[in-house]
Amino acid sequence: MAKETVLQGRLWVLRDAEGVAIDDIDTDMIFHNAHLAITEVEQMGQHALGNLEGYEEFHAMAKPGDIVLTGRNFGSGSSRQQAVDCFVSLGVTLLMAESFGAIYKRNAINAGFPIMEAMGLSDLTDGDEPWVKTGDEVKIDLESGQVTRLSDGATHQARAMSGVQRDIYHAGDLFAYGKTL
Amino acid sequence: MALTTIEKIIAGHAGRESVTPGEIVWIDLDVRSARDFGGANVVGHLRRHYADKPVADVEKTAFTFDCVVPANTIPYAENQHTCRTFAREHGVRLHDVDAGIGSHVMIEQGLALPGTTVVGTDSHLNLLGAVGCFGQGMGDADIAFAFATGRTWFEVPETIRLEVKGPPLSLPCTAKDLTLAIVGHMGSKGALGKAVELYGPALDALDLAGRITVCSMATEMGAIAALIRPSGALLTELGERAGRALKETWADEGASYCGQEVVDISNLQPMVSIPGAPAETVPVAEVAGTKVDSVFIGSCTNGRREDFEAAAALMGDRSVAPGMMAKAVPATREVFGELLEGGLVNKLYGAGFVVSNAGCGGCASGQIGMTGKGEVQVSTSNRNFRGKQGMGETYLASPLTAAASALAGELTVPEVV
Repeated sequence: MAKETVLQGRLWVLRDAEGVAIDDIDTDMIFHNAHLAITEVEQMGQHALGNLEGYEEFHAMAKPGDIVLTGRNFGSGSSRQQAVDCFVSLGVTLLMAESFGAIYKRNAINAGFPIMEAMGLSDLTDGDEPWVKTGDEVKIDLESGQVTRLSDGATHQARAMSGVQRDIYHAGDLFAYGKTL
Repeated sequence: MALTTIEKIIAGHAGRESVTPGEIVWIDLDVRSARDFGGANVVGHLRRHYADKPVADVEKTAFTFDCVVPANTIPYAENQHTCRTFAREHGVRLHDVDAGIGSHVMIEQGLALPGTTVVGTDSHLNLLGAVGCFGQGMGDADIAFAFATGRTWFEVPETIRLEVKGPPLSLPCTAKDLTLAIVGHMGSKGALGKAVELYGPALDALDLAGRITVCSMATEMGAIAALIRPSGALLTELGERAGRALKETWADEGASYCGQEVVDISNLQPMVSIPGAPAETVPVAEVAGTKVDSVFIGSCTNGRREDFEAAAALMGDRSVAPGMMAKAVPATREVFGELLEGGLVNKLYGAGFVVSNAGCGGCASGQIGMTGKGEVQVSTSNRNFRGKQGMGETYLASPLTAAASALAGELTVPEVV
């Protein structure tokens, strides 16, 4: 059964104190190795971004349906699945980044969790203001890669899902997809 | 069509003549492994999704315990026993808490060989590029799928050709200093999602330990893998371990690269990564004099016999500075045996080191202890992200720089011995 491919929600843009989207957010910042023994997804959300300066309380402020945007090389580092599952745990529906670490990208795709490469989006400006800010309502079309800012309907083109990504997403996860092969 | 090394390995495992970067293909996996880190989740997936037939071709699968060995927390002990029980039930090869770092064990056991594909739950598994093997770290779902089916999907990466200009290394510069120069040149994202082939006289001259050091930091520049062409001597050594003659799989003349990089090491000096950023590297001289509280020699980057020999030779009969915590962890049981035989354990002990059994050491949940807030550590490992080896400040450096700093109690440029 086909799943939703147009997602709409409140955006988080993970920026540093200077307002620049943070690059190289690694898996120890996302889900610290002190919590690796946790295997239940329900318990993972409370640690999401718990070791990322300025976002230690993200878990308490995020709402189901939220969408997250970060800088380059998001999820670099270790192979821990918890770094993906902690966002699932919080009900975050989509992760966007300028680029992702290779293992992180596979982990998200295999979990059937939507991620999107949005090159240029976090750096984009609108006059003196960033084009997207935390709190903006956005609509994302996974099939086409189109990002729409709902306040004025302005759009930005990000990268559409790959074939395998789409197949796994619609099947549910890698295991469900594998059974269709 | 002329192929790069990674394209050739992938094509060969996809039953194809050739592949093109960007395309997604299904490949056969020669070895499927899981560690104590992630392993219990792999077993959980297998029991949940493949209860009737959880392992394809069991001889090609292995558990390798290396993170917290032996377990020092109850959850780790339980996770290890989950893997152990599954391994016994299904006949999966198990390298238990005595064995050491899985990636190294797989080289020593003749499982990771030139031109083969090896996956596991270790994000530094791409260090197998040291033997011309395509190793890839993956998450637990990925690895469970690989255990059950023997296959995975993979997006063919582009390849960067990286030339190291300059003569072979001479002391006090070692493979680690070369590695830090390369990673510093490329940056943390410089090879993101790409394979890197490394060339040059300095690389040709490296022994297996040195090649492992270089390739172990592919991940720190974002690379899918870093590969060095195996020398004739290395092919012979690996062939002896595997019990059969090996041939290399390497790039064709005229293969197409997405980028050419040149790293000039004519004026190479001993290097360090500054705390929190493996790819931000500077000469040791620039931070010399920084007070150091602890030193760690080991890890999948610098945990071979040659690394401890270098450190011991530099120290001679001297001992570490008063108040210094010095820790040494051999990569594998085989290395540990070599250290015992060669008198190196005695030497390290005599110099004031804690010498532990084989394993990942400081990198993973504290087999040999973590750093506390404010503590300054010099570590020979590959990753010093905030919190990774504790809450202290960790500099990454060579075993020689680590040993010299342990003696002096401050960051010190090693002298030629």
